[in-house]
Amino acid sequence: MQNAIELRGLKKRLGSFELGPLNLSIPKGCIVGYIGENGAGKSTTIKLMLGLMKPDQGEIKLLGKSIQDMTPEMKKDIAYVFDDLYLPESMDLESVLHFHRNFYGSAWQDKTFSELNARFQLPNNKSIKHFSRGMKMQLGLALALSHGAKLLLLDEATSGLDPVIRDDVLDLLLEYIQDENHTVFVSSHILSDLEKAADYIAFIHKGQLLFMETKDDLVNQYGITTLSREQLEEIDDKAIVGKRTHQFGVEVLLKKELIPNDFELEKVSVEDIMVYMIKGER
Amino acid sequence: MNIQIKNSSNDPIYLQIKNQIRDAIINGELEAEELLPSIRLLAKELRVSVITTKRAYDELENDGFIHSVQGKGSFVAPQNSDLMKEKLLRKIEANITEMLHCAQLADFSLDELIEMIKIMEEEHAECD
Repeated sequence: MQNAIELRGLKKRLGSFELGPLNLSIPKGCIVGYIGENGAGKSTTIKLMLGLMKPDQGEIKLLGKSIQDMTPEMKKDIAYVFDDLYLPESMDLESVLHFHRNFYGSAWQDKTFSELNARFQLPNNKSIKHFSRGMKMQLGLALALSHGAKLLLLDEATSGLDPVIRDDVLDLLLEYIQDENHTVFVSSHILSDLEKAADYIAFIHKGQLLFMETKDDLVNQYGITTLSREQLEEIDDKAIVGKRTHQFGVEVLLKKELIPNDFELEKVSVEDIMVYMIKGER
Repeated sequence: MNIQIKNSSNDPIYLQIKNQIRDAIINGELEAEELLPSIRLLAKELRVSVITTKRAYDELENDGFIHSVQGKGSFVAPQNSDLMKEKLLRKIEANITEMLHCAQLADFSLDELIEMIKIMEEEHAECD
């Protein structure tokens, strides 16, 4: 099967920060959550993929094509949503539409755009300067989904938005991947509800990819529980991913396979895993 | 067909989906050769990942409950109901053997056991 995203030995130095070498293969037809702390290298990865930065080393293939060899026509297959629109603030909906229609030419789908617009109920008579953050993101998403792209990259697009809007985004992403040739790459420090739909989780920390696994396997590997200090002593050190000690016990994230079966553990979220792994290291 | 995903359940989500579809096939709610929803549609409606629904379907296929046709979708496989009952009967027998063994260890009488089964059956019926 063709990969939607393929990164090979990707390296980029920015001051004291170094990304990579990064190797990542993302099959098409899935939703991937790309998670990590602020400053872990998520946005740098996306900027490199979009050609907004040049890598020091390594190769980037999107939809089977090396990005240097892509023609403008091929680039229409790639869509992105950032945390801001990066459009002149004096534009209103009509001029944004006009601009994108001209920009994308025959790839532009007026019908899809007006449907999404109606769904989000974006105002016609306001310049985008007066749009709320949620409205800007909705407009960004409507634009991204209206030129027939096969790969959708979201960079912190839904962070800080209210749960109702995030819920709409979840539905849109699930609708988008009804086409098995479509792929979504969501970078965020907080996936929260989008986690539900994610097929894979890739975790980046200090510029290095710690793992990429299916979400189901990932959350099934770990469990959380609270123990007394005495109980903690009896547990294999290797099983402890991270712990939070408080006055009345110790909360631990454990690897299920390394502890006895009869241990009662609670389910974990991707966020739990991220927090405990980073804190466990400190 | 109804499928309920419970976050409180200890079973992983793929298993919850698999078991509910399997039950619907066994009790005849889904008929032989009926077309099942696509893995992508099921994922969208249940708001779970595609990998999760695919795993449920893969396991149902391995267990002989459904069969997939490339490009057409997944269908309920014809079930041999006698064979199925036979399988379930074996399972019950195995469980009873285990139960009797435990009862002997705990010094439970047969009457007590039967009483317990009756109580649990009532609770079970309420849950359904």
